[in-house]
Amino acid sequence: MAACIALTLGGCEREKRDFTGPQPPGGPAPPLVGLQPGTPSPVPPDPRGARYENNAYHIGQGQNLFRWMNCNGCHANGGGDAGPALMDGEWRYGGDIDHIYASIDQGRPNGMPSFRGKIPPEQIWQLAAYVRSLSGNIRKDAVPSRSEGMSATPPLTRRESEPPKGGDPAPNQEPQR
Amino acid sequence: MRQGAGRVARALLLVAGASFMPVLAQEAGVQEKGEWPMPAHDLASTRYSPLDEITAANAGKLKVAFTFSTGVDRGQEAAPIVVDSTMYIVSPYPNIVYALDLTREGAPVKWSFRPQPDAAAQGVACCDVVNRGAVVAGGKLFFNTLDGQTIALDVATGKQAWRTKLGDINRGETMTMAPLVVKDKVLVGNSGGEFGVRGWLTALDTATGKLVWRAYSTGPDKDVLIGPSFKPFYASDKGKDLGMTTWPPEAWKTGGGSVWGWISYDPESNLVFYGTANPGPWNAEQRPGDNKWTAGIFARDVDTGEARWFYQFSPHDLYDYDAINENVLVDLPIDGTTRKVIVRPERNGYVYVIDRASGEVLSADPFSPVNSTLGIDLETGRPRYNPDKQPRMGKVVRDICPTAPGAKDWNPSAWSPDTGLLYIPHANLCMDWESMQANYIAGTPYVGAEVRMYAGPGGHRGVLTAWDPVRRRIAWEIKEDLPVWSGTVVTRGGVVFYGTMDGWFKAVDAKDGKPLWKFKTGSGIIGQPVSYRGPDGHQYVAVLSGVGGWAGAIVAGNLDPRDGTAAKGMVNATTDLKQKTQPGGTLYVFALP
Repeated sequence: MAACIALTLGGCEREKRDFTGPQPPGGPAPPLVGLQPGTPSPVPPDPRGARYENNAYHIGQGQNLFRWMNCNGCHANGGGDAGPALMDGEWRYGGDIDHIYASIDQGRPNGMPSFRGKIPPEQIWQLAAYVRSLSGNIRKDAVPSRSEGMSATPPLTRRESEPPKGGDPAPNQEPQR
Repeated sequence: MRQGAGRVARALLLVAGASFMPVLAQEAGVQEKGEWPMPAHDLASTRYSPLDEITAANAGKLKVAFTFSTGVDRGQEAAPIVVDSTMYIVSPYPNIVYALDLTREGAPVKWSFRPQPDAAAQGVACCDVVNRGAVVAGGKLFFNTLDGQTIALDVATGKQAWRTKLGDINRGETMTMAPLVVKDKVLVGNSGGEFGVRGWLTALDTATGKLVWRAYSTGPDKDVLIGPSFKPFYASDKGKDLGMTTWPPEAWKTGGGSVWGWISYDPESNLVFYGTANPGPWNAEQRPGDNKWTAGIFARDVDTGEARWFYQFSPHDLYDYDAINENVLVDLPIDGTTRKVIVRPERNGYVYVIDRASGEVLSADPFSPVNSTLGIDLETGRPRYNPDKQPRMGKVVRDICPTAPGAKDWNPSAWSPDTGLLYIPHANLCMDWESMQANYIAGTPYVGAEVRMYAGPGGHRGVLTAWDPVRRRIAWEIKEDLPVWSGTVVTRGGVVFYGTMDGWFKAVDAKDGKPLWKFKTGSGIIGQPVSYRGPDGHQYVAVLSGVGGWAGAIVAGNLDPRDGTAAKGMVNATTDLKQKTQPGGTLYVFALP
């Protein structure tokens, strides 16, 4: 009898179809390009992003995390170092909060480490919200009015908006053979 | 005609005399054939070319002989290497090696080699993805990759002989230095002083790539290869396990002291001399103590790696004064006797003359404006730190000179035995500094300081200084608008070559600095010029053009000039560089028509 039930259940598993497909771990993975074959079908943004990117608490937490996780070691106060500048409108991997979340979560091939599993998703969203603020693209009444370090950049409250426009090509491709 | 002029110039320059002869223990070919087998030209690191076809009288006629694109437009710090009518160059990451056939018109590619390093290594390279060059010895070419491999190639075919993985990017280790080959060993070291690595110098067997010895820069004596034959000159370097006890507990494990600069070798004593980089993190309040054996110079037996002496330029370094600069081995007349010394233009702004047998500092004099220290105490060997310029957490200390990259960074000087002068390419910058708490997270930066730099006294940002180490003074200097980030080469013909960050390649008279010639290359020059005799018997001068490195990061990395702290504060001093040059990666070779 038990063997019979096991066989039946096993048979059910064999027939199971997953219509939604596996969900990617760790958060959104928005497309990096707008070019699509056939009729373009816009991908709606992850609704979580909006909750973080205009919220003063989350942006402030992101500002702290930006130092605590050593993001500033590679991106300075947004002007860049070993990593690219984050205060301009040029983005290799997309400048929307979904894209920034994905870059921090997944890492990127030319040196950006993957923070997946190292910090919880909420903190990645907070970091992404703060990074968005560096290029002046979120509400001025939500951004911190002062930084912890020396004042070496225009304050976030007075930063001009630089909408993401792509265009910073990965600078170091292998040359042609 | 040309040769006649060369003899006249040489006769004039030989006045300084033969007592300055450097230690030149080369394969005979280097001198006779006019080759350039290693970035420093010779084991004494003179960067002196014995060729004299190009002279102060005819240098104005120099013309481009050929050019070659490396295909990579990041900072080109490598020296072209010339052996047996072939030129070898290494590009920045992805570290492509090209062999160019100098016997054929236009120097076509003989072979190229792509090591395919891990692209993620770019994320743990502090100051651009540079490589400082290869070395050719015994039919093999040796070079390092950004992701921490040492590779040997057969020079005839470009086929790989061996590769040895030494560094781990997940611990922040990269490799950017040029190896040195001594006898049957190739010596290599790691980079990553801004990522909390533990520095080391490693000797590999040139035949197999097998590790022969490794000497760490921190930790217990057995790891540092300190034993009974270790006889440092100064008292503060004597004691057991100072590489642990001069640190807070465990801090030596992430304490830096990487070995990313230059190594010299003295065949008479069988010693190699090399420097160790800054301690980590930059925030000195997190590491009370002298932080041995960082920011100093080691003398080691090349066969065993055993340390013989150590001298610390910057005990408990406060300002990221890596001590990895070149060690020029010369014999100098000092106080009436000939002394075997190391002449060493140091990042902290002083030229040191050090007895290379004992490690005693004979003199230390500033060659550039210095206020971070108030002199070097020759009794103890220690610098007198300026209390007014001491960094503190939560406080911005202003107008510190020199800056974190130093009065002079890695870019090497050249020594002429004819003039008795050391030609030092360097910066003239000062900085504001604020220390802050650094968190160690493996594979991420470990710095703990915010810096912004700007032009030093006089407003110019770069200098070529001709330094007289016997009279202990500047013989002449040339001020440049931008930091001088190229190396120099000096020739028997009495000409000094260097490049500027806006792309000018310049020749000046070794006697007095008089400008002789200049040529505008496609991008800023931060590479090491060399001079060699071609298969046609004529003298050539070669340099890679392509801005980058720490000073050129704003262009190579497309950084934002509105953030003065970008590139660890260098962007504040180079906000105009994007208007003056663009990224590039081209070899230029010059000769007389």
